[in-house]
Amino acid sequence: MSIKTYAMAVRDTIAAEMRRDERVFIMGEDIETIGSIFGCTRDLTKEFGRERAFNTPISEAGFIGAGLGAACTGMRPIVELMYMDFSFVAMDQLLNQVAKTRYIFGGRAKIPLVIRGQQGIGRGNAATHSQSVETIFMHFPGLKVACPSTGRDAAGLLRTAIRDDNPVMVFEHKALYSTKCDVPDDPEFMLPFGKADIKRSGTDVTIVANLLYVGRALEAAEALAAQGISAEVIDPMTLVPFDKRTVIESVKKTGRLVVVHEAHRTAGWGAEVAAMVTEEAFRYLDAPPLRLGAAACPLPFNVDLENAATPQVADIVAAARAVCYR
Amino acid sequence: MIERERAVSIYRTMVRIRKFEFRALKLFEENKLRGSVHLYIGEEAVAATVCSRLTDEDYIASTHRGHGHCIAKGARMDLAMAELMGKATGYCKGRSGSMHIADFTQGNLGANAIVGGGIPIAVGAALSAKMQKQDRVAVSFFGDGASNEGTFHESLNLAGVWKLPILFVCENNGYGISVPTWESTSVEDISVRAAGYNMPGETVDGNDVEAIDAAVERAIARARAGEGATLIECKTYRWMGHWTGDPQTYRTREEVESWKRRDPIKRWREKLLAQGICTEAELDEIDRAADDEVEAATQFALNSPNPDPAHVLDDVFYEGGDEA
Repeated sequence: MSIKTYAMAVRDTIAAEMRRDERVFIMGEDIETIGSIFGCTRDLTKEFGRERAFNTPISEAGFIGAGLGAACTGMRPIVELMYMDFSFVAMDQLLNQVAKTRYIFGGRAKIPLVIRGQQGIGRGNAATHSQSVETIFMHFPGLKVACPSTGRDAAGLLRTAIRDDNPVMVFEHKALYSTKCDVPDDPEFMLPFGKADIKRSGTDVTIVANLLYVGRALEAAEALAAQGISAEVIDPMTLVPFDKRTVIESVKKTGRLVVVHEAHRTAGWGAEVAAMVTEEAFRYLDAPPLRLGAAACPLPFNVDLENAATPQVADIVAAARAVCYR
Repeated sequence: MIERERAVSIYRTMVRIRKFEFRALKLFEENKLRGSVHLYIGEEAVAATVCSRLTDEDYIASTHRGHGHCIAKGARMDLAMAELMGKATGYCKGRSGSMHIADFTQGNLGANAIVGGGIPIAVGAALSAKMQKQDRVAVSFFGDGASNEGTFHESLNLAGVWKLPILFVCENNGYGISVPTWESTSVEDISVRAAGYNMPGETVDGNDVEAIDAAVERAIARARAGEGATLIECKTYRWMGHWTGDPQTYRTREEVESWKRRDPIKRWREKLLAQGICTEAELDEIDRAADDEVEAATQFALNSPNPDPAHVLDDVFYEGGDEA
């Protein structure tokens, strides 16, 4: 184990995988000299050369498509998006090409492609650089979607992503990059996709959260404990595949569900989870599931406005109390 | 003059494509095909000539008008026809139909139903070949319409800065559905756009096998020598509508007839005869064999089963184990 930041856990995992498999390479904007803007590729070019860790032009559709072409022809690319918001300028390549290639070609293609980058609030990046966009990629079949909430999870999920023969999008969070935790040094440390992590056990209410909101849900759980409510906090880890079983087993125990994420509440992935639990575990529910997510406005720049548009710990506490009728 | 074997093979490929396309049209009219079928009739010289200089190791990425590229790159006609009919035996198990036929084993990275969608993918294949130090080139086929898509410009820039072994082959057939190229495109010759990406560009008569071949020879030599990409614009014409139901009110019968008089197959046939490379009997035999092949492919497709709906969810992801 080593204590390191989330950003260094990402960096070290990429480096270890590049050492292990020479087909793995990384490209993206500002990869080389500055090691990408959050340091996630620091010194990779020094170690592996510009042949395997290189800058791209600001050309997201072009280099994501190039990642697909390289993945179909013997390489295992990692493509970094500086902000996951920039996926929108490459949507055809992501949704019409990357996601569909294997299926529409009759299963005769493997696409070992990782597309990773950070997203979210916390740095005053405003409307086009602060969004949480993972739900979109859950909606369209063909992409796996991972959302690590700690450096340990980032290391384990990213390694699994790199070794997967399918396209995987890894959503990191800018506000988590500087958080530190114990990360296994084991170069084989992997976390399985489709296996949720129960971050805190509880008996009264199930809170499902991802990325930055795992930490906020844990804070809420602490506050709830002081009020005599035992909250179970579940991080799905991957949205595709989604570990329904862990969530449903938890709801069977608690009878109550709150889903909280930074993605917009309207048609956010929490709506899918709430619907799924309602369909499959209705008779165990003691209250209607509640969803928390970003408000129906673009994310504003001013921090007070940003806070007003996104769920706060107090909102999670209030939602948990509400489903407990307290 | 092109060496005999390849000269004959280009003729054979063009004839096979045309006969395949006319049969596909007939099957569509008989309601045996559904969806969109975009026919390549009139443009055969481009795919046949370009692919005659490629090996199975080289890559192509194609377009919505992709049957010709697939056949020229070595696709089996029976599997292609079965895919057009959505049959289980088709190249893509009936999931794709006309617009997404691929065969990775022969370097065909797929037709692509999105205009300009395949260009970056071809760039990636060229990048991959360069990184793996393989002597492979990639060819990106696309139309005049795609040259106005962002992916065209991004891809030429990427190939330019990375000096990739790739040929960008623009099939300028004069129209994006109903809109004439001159109306939608800021330049008369699309090849001049190459200058913006620091690569050579040339415009050739896309119905002239030898003109295409000379340009492709230069471009492939350049790619294999590590000198980078080339843009080749082949000016040609689609005889049929954009799709099988196209009313074609945007062009005159005279215009279509004038292009039919420049039929690339007829021109190449006459050349082969004039140069004494083939006899009438030899070429007739090629035509007959293509008829037989199309007929056998059609029967294969008609007699093939539909895919089992129980397998509709298969292959969204690779789950391990042997490939299909």
